[in-house]
This record gives sequence, C-alpha cells and structure tokens, in this order.
Amino acid sequence: MSQTPLLELRDVRREFRLGHGKVLRAVDGVSLTVGEREVVGLVGESGCGKTTLGRTIVGLLERTGGQILYRGQPLPERYAPGDFRRYGRRIQMIFQDPYSSLDPRMTLREIVAEGPLLHGLWKRNDVPERVAGWLRRVGLSPDFMSRYPHEFSGGQRQRVGVARALALEPELVVCDEPISALDVSVQAQVVNLLADLKESIGLTLLFIAHDLSMIRYVSDRIAVMYLGRIVELGRADDVYFRPSHPYSRSLVAANPVADFARARRGERPPARGEVPSPVNLPPGCRFAGRCPEVRPVCREIDPALVDLGGGRRVACHVRQAEAGVAAPGVAGAVERSAGEAGASGR
Amino acid sequence: MSRLLEVRDLKVEFDTYGGVVQAVRGVDFSVDRGETLAIVGESGCGKSVSVQALMGLVPRPPGRITSGSVLFEGKEILGLPLREANRIRGKRIGMIFQDPMTSLNPTMRVGKQITETLRVHEGLDGAAARKKAIEFLERVQIPEAAARVDDYPFQFSGGMRQRVMIAMAIACGPALLIADEPTTALDVTVQAEILQLLADLQREQGMAIILITHDLGVVARMADRVAVMYAGQIVEHGTAEQLFTHPAHPYTLGLQAAMPKDREGARERLTAIEGSPPDLFSPPKGCPYYERCPWAMQLCGPAMPPAWPVEAGHDTRCWLHHALARPRRPAELFRGAEMEAAS
Repeated sequence: MSQTPLLELRDVRREFRLGHGKVLRAVDGVSLTVGEREVVGLVGESGCGKTTLGRTIVGLLERTGGQILYRGQPLPERYAPGDFRRYGRRIQMIFQDPYSSLDPRMTLREIVAEGPLLHGLWKRNDVPERVAGWLRRVGLSPDFMSRYPHEFSGGQRQRVGVARALALEPELVVCDEPISALDVSVQAQVVNLLADLKESIGLTLLFIAHDLSMIRYVSDRIAVMYLGRIVELGRADDVYFRPSHPYSRSLVAANPVADFARARRGERPPARGEVPSPVNLPPGCRFAGRCPEVRPVCREIDPALVDLGGGRRVACHVRQAEAGVAAPGVAGAVERSAGEAGASGR
Repeated sequence: MSRLLEVRDLKVEFDTYGGVVQAVRGVDFSVDRGETLAIVGESGCGKSVSVQALMGLVPRPPGRITSGSVLFEGKEILGLPLREANRIRGKRIGMIFQDPMTSLNPTMRVGKQITETLRVHEGLDGAAARKKAIEFLERVQIPEAAARVDDYPFQFSGGMRQRVMIAMAIACGPALLIADEPTTALDVTVQAEILQLLADLQREQGMAIILITHDLGVVARMADRVAVMYAGQIVEHGTAEQLFTHPAHPYTLGLQAAMPKDREGARERLTAIEGSPPDLFSPPKGCPYYERCPWAMQLCGPAMPPAWPVEAGHDTRCWLHHALARPRRPAELFRGAEMEAAS
C-alpha cells in the first residue's frame, strides 16, 4: 500500500488499574493498519481485548499508550467533547447488544436523527424524509419512525443501530459483535445489509466477532487476538483454512462447522484448558500454558509479531523458526527442544 | 435400541399480559436409550419450553400444559404428583442449563451441591458423599478435584462451572440428560471441550442426551437425530445425516443457506430468511412458515400440513412433500428416496 492507510494503530495499549498494584493489560501493544474500504476481522475469545480495542479506536476509552493515526493524523489519546464532534462523524460504532445500546426513551426518529442533527448534516425540516430513507435502507418500514425500541425484536433493533451509525455517512465503522445476539436467519439479514452498504457508500469495517466462519466470510483480512495481543494476522482464507499460530489452529479446530461430514471427522481441539487471567501475566508467550507445541524458550521470551511472508504475520517462536525468521538465539533454542517436544508430543 | 422417552402431542401455553402465548403447539418426539437427539431452532420457537414441560419445570401459573403425554421408561410422567416426579427428575433424568452461574447455588460449596441429589435420592451420609463428590469432579475433569470440592461456584470459571453442573446432573447415573444450550455462554475452545466431555460420559454411562441448541455446528458435531422446531412445532425430523445432506423442509434449508459456506474463496451472498417468525399470540391457521417460504403455495396459508415421512426415519411438515405437489417441489429440497432410486 503506497497511500496512507485509513487507520493505523501503533503499539496501542489500554491498561486498567485494579488496585493493590494489579494491572490488567486488556490491550497490550497492538499494531494494525486498515486500508480504505477494507474489512478487517478481529477474532478472539472473551477477555482477549477485542472489544476494548474497538472502544479505544472510537474514543470511548482512552488509550494508555501507543498511537492511533486516522488518515495519517494522530487521534487524541483522550477524547475531549469537541473531539467526538470532529471524529465521530467519520468513525462510528455498531454495538453488540441491541437492547442496551438504544435509549429506550427515544423514538427511532430521534435515535437515527440525533447524530446528523448534532453534526449539522441534516436540516430539521428534512428529518422525517431522511430518517424514512435510512429505515428503508436497513429494511425497516418508515412507519416505525415514531415507535420506541422496546416495540422491536433484536434483529430489528440491530438494524436501528446500523441506521444510527451509518446515517452520519462515516468512513470507518467498528462493528463490535454486531450479529452475536441474533438468530441465524437474522444474522444473514444484517450481514447482507452491511455488505450492500459497504458497496453503496464505500465503508471500511473493523468487524469484531468470535464466530470464525462468519468472520472469514465478511473479512478481507483476519487478526487473531489472544490476551491483549494480535498473535496472527493474514488474509482471511489463509488464516481460516491454513492457520499458523497454535492458538489460531485451536480456534479453527474448535469452531463448530455446520457441515456433517467435517464435524464427524472428530478433530479434537489441540488447546487444553482456559484462557488465563490477563492480570499480571507471566513472562514469555501468553499462549505457552495451553500450547501443544510449547518449547522451553516460549516460557522465557515473548514472541513478537513477525512477517512470515505471503502477507502473514505470526507471533510464535516455533513458526518463526520454521520460516527461518526467528531471532538467532531463539531459533537455536527452538531446534534444540524440537526433539523433546516431538517425543512427548501428541 | 429401546425407547426411553416418548412425547406425544405436547401443548404448552402461557398467560401473559398481552394474552395467551401458544409456545408449544403439538410436539411429538422420542428418544432411544444411549442416543443423542438435538432439538434445534431459533429463539422463541418453543424448544426449551418443550423439555421444561416434560421435566415439570414449566411454572404454573402462568404456564399450562394443555395436552400431551410423556412416557419415560414406559411410564406416564406428565402430571405426576410432586413427590413422585422428584423421584424421577434429578435421578433418572438430569438437566443442565445455559448459564451455570444462575443455576448453581452461589452460597453452597460445589461438593455439597453435587451430592445433594445423592443424599436425597440414595441417602448417602456426609463422608461418603464428599468422597463421591471428589470422584465426580474428577469424572468431569476438574483439576485438583480434592482441593476444589470445598470451593464456591464464584471461584470457578464459566467452563469449570458448566463441568460442575454436569457432575451434578450425572451424579445419580441418569438414563437421560437434558442439556439446554449447554455451551452457548462459553468460548469456542471451551465449548469443544465440554461437548467432548458430554460425548465421553455418554459413551461410558450409556445415557441418552437431548441437546437443545440454536447452533447447527453443535448439532453436526453431536447429534444422532435432529428435530427442527419452528413456531412451536417440529417442522422436520430425521437423522443428522439426512437433515444436513438433504433437508426436506424449506426452513431447515433456509437455516443452512443463511450461513456462510465453509469453502475457500466462498463469498456468495448469504440467503437470509426475510421476515420474522409468526406471533404466537395468534398463530396462523396454516403452515407457520408460509409468510417467509419462497415456495409457498396457496394451500399453505389456510391449511396446516401434517407431518409425513419422506424416507425411512425422516419426516416433515410441508405440503411440498405431498405426492400431488411433486411437480411444484423445488430442486433444492429433498426429492424423496424413490426419486433418487429411479434416477
């Protein structure tokens, strides 16, 4: 990419101080670029920091480190009220829970029109017509305009959330699990809607979810997060069909695919146990405690996210050694321990 | 395999502020010993209420079982007096729920909760019960079981709590385990482990499982047979292989088409099911899928299709499978066994 990316994260961090000297590093040094009109999927299990990262990007949480560049311009670390007016227009968010993210005391018209009026994009006289247009675009009847959120189903509310975010005609939309709360048939409606709007108004999406099959389908690239870090980044089909990092491999193996023949092949997910607490993490690789390919060096040295070629970046000593891109000391340590791992292996 | 559970024409209603909701509208299914039946459907289709009804867990009022029969091990269990019902549930039928935190007692040590059923049903005393509790925690693969038996539920992670729930449910060696969305609240890697654990326990103990889920991926992994529910009815029923490889009901097909194809490069537009399920305050007279079905015929609006077989062990409620509707039957749907044999 020769031009400036739409969004660039440089070593973004977000810590939460829990008292008693405990620090939770929810996002712990994430670097990522999102190109214009690209869809990047961010996938990981609960507690991996994907939602925190999304909220940090839109300014709902302040960062505690790193930089976020939007079209090359740094975004403020902590948003002042005026900053939302400046950036909110271009960066919007769709939230996971269609129940708590709509103000129950506002009608659909007020919900959808609030942003554009605040930003001076719409004239008061135009509101009914504009809102009607957006409701139609998201597949709701304009007659619903003066109704309240409680009168609608989860899928319909999520459409209202989409209309609210897109009425500002933003450039970047952070979608935080926009379909997780919805039934399968309704998920497809919302995903198709986002795809259509992406085409018609040229959106760039950061799509956060835990459903790997859906993430692969909607995304150009996938970033896999684990305990505050990106552990693998690559083209969507590559990451899904040929995962490289041991954690990505476990995620793919555990992903319940609605395909009879494949489900019965009986692959057991290689990772055992659960995600450890992100508070006061041990040194070394965060996945070492659950990793089926762990080597002694993994418990000592934290692997960086390194380019393995072919547009793929992976934070794993073993993969880096295989690709011949590990740091010299680490590569040796991985090779020396390869025999032991194989002998005790699965 | 012998018949363990037989549910016939089960109907459940609820009185609500807005009127009477007909949540379950005449459901038939059966479970053989040792097999897994998945009941699959979207929110509000009545899948949970169906099994709550057979467990006697529908709150009355506002709930009401208006018709039906449930034979368990050959004995009618619907409408049993509480004392007799309690002899069956918890002992012969175990149940686990979606959210282990709300179904475990937060003020009781897990060991005690696991053996509560044993103490009630088998009169076990304290020391023996404790030993049993540790044994069961080991069975469900909780590390350091002896140390954790005196912990409280809040000291366990979500996946570990679900394991505790499972230990409780299997403590009395039930013949049937009802699992209502057991992994919906869990991360995928943990979900895979819990599903594996259920499959292992099933093999060891030979118990049957009714798995209630909205996730076709979970169904594909676990189920022997599948019942698809829509608007309070079972619209299709068959073996997992039949339903995944050649679905007969347009709704089953619709659910599959709404999910992305799991193939490299597959970016085809998803086929959403437009509209939403009917209002069960006043359910439609005819097929409940009529409004959303791409192949609906005039007949489907006013007339409810009966369930009929399309091949051995596979039946569906859909007029398109009427012998005279064959010319109208779309190529996407199962054409019937005799057609395949002919071609």
